[in-house]
Amino acid sequence: MKVLSLIIALVMGALLTVILDDLPAWGDAQSPANAHVSAYYLENAYKQTHVPNVVTAVLADYRGFDTMFETGVVFVAVIGIMAILRREGVPKGAKSRKRPPHQPPDPAITGVATRFIVPFMQIFGLYVIAHGHYSPGGGFQGGVILGASVILMAMTGELKSALNRMSEDWFIIMVGLGFLIFAGVGLACMFYGGNFLDYSALAPLFSGTPQEAAITARYHAMLWVEIGVGFTVMSSMFAIYTYLASDGWMDRGL
Amino acid sequence: MIWPYDFGLLLLVVITAILALNLRDLMGASIVFGTYSFLMCLLWTAMAAVDVAFTEAAVGAGVSTVFFIATAYNIKKEAKD
Repeated sequence: MKVLSLIIALVMGALLTVILDDLPAWGDAQSPANAHVSAYYLENAYKQTHVPNVVTAVLADYRGFDTMFETGVVFVAVIGIMAILRREGVPKGAKSRKRPPHQPPDPAITGVATRFIVPFMQIFGLYVIAHGHYSPGGGFQGGVILGASVILMAMTGELKSALNRMSEDWFIIMVGLGFLIFAGVGLACMFYGGNFLDYSALAPLFSGTPQEAAITARYHAMLWVEIGVGFTVMSSMFAIYTYLASDGWMDRGL
Repeated sequence: MIWPYDFGLLLLVVITAILALNLRDLMGASIVFGTYSFLMCLLWTAMAAVDVAFTEAAVGAGVSTVFFIATAYNIKKEAKD
């Protein structure tokens, strides 16, 4: 069996090496991907949205559908992990054996270090979300950093102390809320007579000439959408960690 | 791109990938896999894909390593019982 998988892997690797020659060179301006689509985005993204970071403009505006359902994937992942791992009260049958009570570790050093670093992490996470228009970053990365700060609290101290800040009810609500914000912005565009996720339809909400207002609308809607993504990703990271680390019992954070 | 830097990174990526698959210790494999993600992040940066590198650093090297370690830790405890 091991020999067979090795042969398959080698054949696939050889095929890939042969095909590699046909791929366009790295950074080739004449390649199909760079010749048409990228050129359009690079030329028009700043004019149409006033967002200097073209990557954010493409992710949150031009390909909003993609990002919205990526958020949906994270949402579904949390639901799946919850359905599999979560234990409701005292388990039945063979697993009725109670879990030995948890001896909380003495968090003398790690506790102090965590308390020192968590505020900085959270400020940085908020900065990454809010500054995604101008620098690398956005809802996903900022949400992960915010989620990691809560995970750090759960890891070093007690899971209880982290759950006091963000209880199970809350993170489940927030996972859904983030997706709802994203879809809500899309629906609001339909309400104003545009297509789903066509942010320029929100122009009547902003002042200025119609053209300016459309640009401002796209700029602001991107920020709202990123905030929605941040909500979902942050709480889902903590939710997944909680279920994995405590084996579904919700009593200890590693 | 500076080719010796790039070549060294690629070599390390291959080494860590093979090591992560072959380690018997789950905890060690998770940590090596985190290293692999971080090296990939450096490669993305070398290719000027900073947004992707940021995501790789936050999700790949950061949180997913934590998830793997949390799972490996629980598996170990179950095996001892």
